[in-house]
Amino acid sequence: MKRFFQAQSAFPALASMAAVTVFCGLFLHAESQTAVMGLTIGAVVALFLLARAGWNALAAASFAGHGRSAHTAVLLGVLLIAAAFYDQHFPLLMLASVLLYVVVCLGLNLQFGYAGVVNFAGAAFFGIGCYTSAVLAGHTPLPHALVVVAGGLMAAGIGSLLILPVLRTHGHYAALITIAFGILFRVFLEVNDTLGGPQGMKVPGMEILGWKLNDNLQFGDVELSFYVNYVVLSLALLAVAFMLVRRLERSWIGLNLDAVRLDEIACAAFGINVARWKIAAFTLGNFLAGMAGSIYAMMTGFVAPNSFTFGDSLILVSIVILGGIGNPWGLAVATAIVLILPEKLQFIQEYRLLLYAALVILILLFKPDGLLPRQVRNYLPGWKPRPRGESPARSAKAVQ
Amino acid sequence: MDLGLLSQYVFNGLMLGMIYAMVAVGFTLFFGVLDVIKFSHGDVLMVGAFTGLATYLGLQAIGVDSPLAQLLVMALVATLAMALLGALIAKYLVLPLRLAPPLNTLLLTLMLGSVLREAVRLFYPQGSNPKPFPRLLPDDFIGFGSFTLRADSMILLLGGFAAIAVVHLVITRTKLGLAIRAVAQDAETARIMGINFEFIVLLTFAIGSGMAALGGLMNGLYYNEINFGIGLLLGVIGFSAAVLGGLGNIYGAILGGFVFSALQSIGAVSLPALFPGTSTAYKDVFAFAVVIVFMAWRPTGLIAEKKSERV
Repeated sequence: MKRFFQAQSAFPALASMAAVTVFCGLFLHAESQTAVMGLTIGAVVALFLLARAGWNALAAASFAGHGRSAHTAVLLGVLLIAAAFYDQHFPLLMLASVLLYVVVCLGLNLQFGYAGVVNFAGAAFFGIGCYTSAVLAGHTPLPHALVVVAGGLMAAGIGSLLILPVLRTHGHYAALITIAFGILFRVFLEVNDTLGGPQGMKVPGMEILGWKLNDNLQFGDVELSFYVNYVVLSLALLAVAFMLVRRLERSWIGLNLDAVRLDEIACAAFGINVARWKIAAFTLGNFLAGMAGSIYAMMTGFVAPNSFTFGDSLILVSIVILGGIGNPWGLAVATAIVLILPEKLQFIQEYRLLLYAALVILILLFKPDGLLPRQVRNYLPGWKPRPRGESPARSAKAVQ
Repeated sequence: MDLGLLSQYVFNGLMLGMIYAMVAVGFTLFFGVLDVIKFSHGDVLMVGAFTGLATYLGLQAIGVDSPLAQLLVMALVATLAMALLGALIAKYLVLPLRLAPPLNTLLLTLMLGSVLREAVRLFYPQGSNPKPFPRLLPDDFIGFGSFTLRADSMILLLGGFAAIAVVHLVITRTKLGLAIRAVAQDAETARIMGINFEFIVLLTFAIGSGMAALGGLMNGLYYNEINFGIGLLLGVIGFSAAVLGGLGNIYGAILGGFVFSALQSIGAVSLPALFPGTSTAYKDVFAFAVVIVFMAWRPTGLIAEKKSERV
């Protein structure tokens, strides 16, 4: 029995995943404000108590040691939640949106979590994907699977116009370029009548090889909501993107990106091509945002400039900061919190931007690494960094 | 296009350029002393305009109805309140992050801007609707053909010029200004010379934010309307102007402000003329696109950043 509760066992990770899945299911199911409030407070208290008992560190270590089964458990968890709400549109829509937003944030994470290229126009690149799919799916016979790729390529292509100014500038100047681009993009959409102006455009539902994603699925007597299709599709995109980002981070490419972020001059002295890695990270990040955007547009069936404001870009940035810059798992958790909490707690809906902004300020002041800070790469399973005059508790945390 | 219309455009451009320059001077001052970008600057401007409006309503309520007195009290209250707000922001939000990566300061102040914007939208009575701003300046005008020179615009232009001139004189001619310049040049050495670093930083933030409040009032008086969202665009434009001119240089900021408004006017006039059917609303798209292209060409602005000469 005791061996289940050791870091080498997969049990802590799987048990935690099961608990999280059940919690998410209950949370999405909860209707009354008191129930939602109770669940939120309960989760915070439970996490705090578990952290005191040392469970979180144990689960994290076990998670790191059993990557494959833990990842399968996460996928299963999402599918189970989708199955539990098989006939309800709204929870499934939220689930799919969270999955797609995680893809966008993974892109941003590549850009300024790893390579240190600031991008305050995340919502604009997401929007490019949305509008690409509105135009291509609505007015051309291009197969929709290609439309999604085209959305990504379009975002990457338009993003490449910004590469020269982004490369030539540093810090604040580079931030200004993306901010200016984000605002320019929104104004452009609002005044451009071809793209629907402020009213936006309708987007047809997705259809892959005759499989219409916007039709409800019928299995005998059971009718599944059509959003199940999009949940599965988004999950597939997310799984691929997630794997890609994790592999990149672990590889020599990730090391190069980190080096570029930390010290450009030292990098150049060691023969690392700074410009190449910045371009790679920026383009790949925008590509991911564009792909997610084009699926999102076909799912919601409608795009309008108001969804791509500077405020939305800021929300994306705050997700990355909240989650723990550079940690993909952290931003998955943060996306879920940031997107679902205001939907369920109606009274904070109005105050949501205010709350996020205040929360990010507090995080930056007191816990700049985010909720789930990024860990040192763990190339050898079970390897512990030597504690350098640190307390044992601290070094146990470092292997998480 | 006739000369009258052209001079109308030029005059409006000057007017906007003055407001932009006032915002840009704030950015450049902050960057000078602390090497940070305080992105909430535009929203401080908006809060300043709302403070002015609230003061005006308060004055109406207690029965002060001379426009001149109202205007002076409004300017005084708004400037002082924003100077205090700016100093508080510097003390509790910007200075604690001095050793963190510059991106963190930028993010923090961006978020602070959102907090200010949302706070006005949610907590000012009907803050989400545009508010009429009182016309307090004389509405006389002199006509030259199709060009009308309005007295209120003239007063605003001169007022803005005077505010920038005063700040410039303070920085170049007084002992306080010497201290600000010393901190901008080298904070460590300035401290060794007995300059109270924190006090100078807070004071600089207070001066910049006070300027923003004046800019907000000018903006309100010029358009006769304010809303909670003006700060974001004005902040980005002010930042662009400061960067166009070269961050850390006060002349650069002024130049950048006028260049940006000139770009907008050129966009508004030439785009419909060159491509029939395009709307003048593309002027911001045009101006920002030029800024982005310009940054690729001269990454540090028109008057390049020199280590020995900030502010």
